[in-house]
Amino acid sequence: MRRFKVLKSLIRDSLDTITHGSRKYHLWMAALTFIMLVGMYCYSIQLDQGLSVTGMTDKVSWGLYISNFTFLVGVAAAAVMLVMPTYVLKDIDFKQAVLIGEGVAVAALIMCLAFVIADMGGPSVLWHMIPGIGVFNFPNSMLTWDVLVLNGYLFLNITIPFYILFRHYQGKKSKKSVYVPGAFISVFWAVAIHLVTAFLYQGLQARPFWNNALLGPRFLASAFAAGPALIILVLAIIRSYTTFKIEDKTIKKIAMVVTVAAQINLIMLISELFKEFYAPTHHSESAYYLFFGLDGKNALLPWIWTAISLNVLATVILTFHKLRNNFKVLFFACFILFIAIWIEKGFGLIVPGFIPGPYGKIAEYTPTGIEIGVTLGIWALGAFVFTILAKTAIGIEIGKLRYKK
Amino acid sequence: MSNNNKKWFSLNLGRKDKESSGSCGCGKTSGGCGSHASETTEMTDEAFAEAAINASIGEERVKDGFEQVFDVKMDRRSAFKKLTASLLIGAGAVSTSCSMISGDESKEKAQIDWEEQFKGNYKLMTDEEKQATVDRLMRSYELRTGKNISMSSKNAEDDVLFGYAFNISKCQGYMDCVNACVEENNQDRDSQMQYIRIHEMKDGKGFNFNEADDNYYHEVPAEGHFYMGTQCFHCDNPPCVEVCPVQATWREADGLVVVDYDWCVGCRYCMAACPYDGRRFNWSKPEVPEAEVNHNQHYLGNRLRKKGVMEKCTFCVQRSRAGKNPACVEACPTGARIFGNLLDPKSTIRWVLENKKVFRLKEDLGTEPKFWYFMD
Ligand code: SF4
Ligand code: SF4
Repeated sequence: MRRFKVLKSLIRDSLDTITHGSRKYHLWMAALTFIMLVGMYCYSIQLDQGLSVTGMTDKVSWGLYISNFTFLVGVAAAAVMLVMPTYVLKDIDFKQAVLIGEGVAVAALIMCLAFVIADMGGPSVLWHMIPGIGVFNFPNSMLTWDVLVLNGYLFLNITIPFYILFRHYQGKKSKKSVYVPGAFISVFWAVAIHLVTAFLYQGLQARPFWNNALLGPRFLASAFAAGPALIILVLAIIRSYTTFKIEDKTIKKIAMVVTVAAQINLIMLISELFKEFYAPTHHSESAYYLFFGLDGKNALLPWIWTAISLNVLATVILTFHKLRNNFKVLFFACFILFIAIWIEKGFGLIVPGFIPGPYGKIAEYTPTGIEIGVTLGIWALGAFVFTILAKTAIGIEIGKLRYKK
Repeated sequence: MSNNNKKWFSLNLGRKDKESSGSCGCGKTSGGCGSHASETTEMTDEAFAEAAINASIGEERVKDGFEQVFDVKMDRRSAFKKLTASLLIGAGAVSTSCSMISGDESKEKAQIDWEEQFKGNYKLMTDEEKQATVDRLMRSYELRTGKNISMSSKNAEDDVLFGYAFNISKCQGYMDCVNACVEENNQDRDSQMQYIRIHEMKDGKGFNFNEADDNYYHEVPAEGHFYMGTQCFHCDNPPCVEVCPVQATWREADGLVVVDYDWCVGCRYCMAACPYDGRRFNWSKPEVPEAEVNHNQHYLGNRLRKKGVMEKCTFCVQRSRAGKNPACVEACPTGARIFGNLLDPKSTIRWVLENKKVFRLKEDLGTEPKFWYFMD
């Protein structure tokens, strides 16, 4: 009974915090709400007329939605890079950042699920996918694995921070014996969500561009670069707008993680390029399309070359200590790295898988306005969810929110 | 299909040793297979209406697809119904079915919609359940359009495995098969969906699909060209089936790879997994003018689809299971298309496989297509 009371009070308090804030905060939330509404309007058009309002066709049957989904799985998995040292290696330093990291993970996972649903042709029969009620093609279909691991990860990332915050809210210390095992599981789980998502594509013998053993490991490397890069940016914003204390040391440590991951990612990129272009086969055509265009069709060229230059530039900046320790430069590097990986692991990965088609036909893909609207709406949803989570968490952590008996 | 039964070349690459007809839920192993459907096909109108109403209202008497997954009695089932009633989905159906003023017909329609929305996967249905859903769909069509259709739920027959052969020397690129297919299978006219593609290739370049043209509008046969048709090859080890998260697509015991349009959630994973461009998606609501609708339908074949679901060639299951050739085979003026039972040693297809130098596309992928090419 007491727990319920505390919970009720927590919800009331957090509602109170999230509805109060500075002018800038209100503007931010209003803008997000507006974008979400636009996104919902676009989605209602899509529901009404079908997926024909998107740029997808029988030739390129996955587009912007699945691209963003793929990328965001990576962002979600990256929270683990902060969880590990804090909970497991007793590196106190990171504790502040971890709650934020897990908030990012929750927001990213919610976006992932939203993107998958947006991509479905029949959202009204989605219950067919619920184990027990529908028919769950487990373990044959990698998509069912993905559903399981994503929801499991979402559960872990909600419960662990919730437990910690719930204890702090009552002014108590959180018990290690409760959250450390959870944290351990989530470490392995994060790797799993990533590999499983990579296997989703890697397991298709029909698409040589994806059917490549390096896909999984490269997913991991790029995720551990892009995710923490985003967390650094978020921490920077939180640091300058709230009284929440985040030490320079913390950011520097995360920057280290980003650097190593970005370097490994670059090495793997080189390996991939070598394989595709040193001895090109029939199966290298997708890569040719992506990097050089095929038959005068080259819609992805500007994107991928932007991504590669940003990627290289960011990795170089991060590699030099002098540059990395200058926070202005660091934030810039993180930003361009994030953009680069969004392009590369998003539509730079998904779209070329379909081009050329099974019989060598080249049909390009351009997202429509409605598709972009829905996509922006879902990103706004993610930012909205994160802001709410972070505001409550910060309130509790700096002691502003406390349970009053 | 045991391996020593195989009379054609097989690579056996990446092929799992499956139980005989194990990939099919209504195979012999489960004991659900049979041809009881024929008893009920000849019903009087009254009996039919009775059956339809029974199917839709008498939930206690006629089990529908739900029990098969739930495998429990009414309590959980009705609990789920109540739960979902609060959802937006089907809310319209509830309100109509509960409203006092609406007529019997619209009530029945709503009831059917409700039952259809929450029925189970066809693959796992018993023969009675299959019949019930087919009855509902026929009744629903009648209520909506005032016209009758006949829809079959005929299961695969024993000792039948369908296969197809394509004579590259004979095909002249007339595309009569494409048109016959569209008419037979009620494909969306708006988006001009076609299961079959005819690739026009240049002589002397080999089978160069990259340079082939599958969208030509000139007189055929064009000088210096030859033609090659592709469609779903009904792979014996179909990657599209493995990836489906909800088992909405599967390989039947007679080798046909089919889709339950009502169970498909439209994720398009199967489309990404197919190496042969065999699948088509309904990006918008498919439109077939009422006058052009083929009324002779099969649940797994040419019945009318809805938006957001996958479909594909079924070797015209409504025809092939009734002992006829698929529409494309019948329409081909050159005799380039050959269809038949691979397990029948006297069939033409077996003669072709044994006497011609046949090959299949992308054999290295281990998909084992049941679609062979040959030349005279
Ligand atoms: S051709 Fe494609 S759709 Fe047809 S059975 Fe093979 S993999 Fe599946
Ligand atoms: S589109 Fe339909 S048939 Fe294809 S994998 Fe998804 S649910 Fe299965």
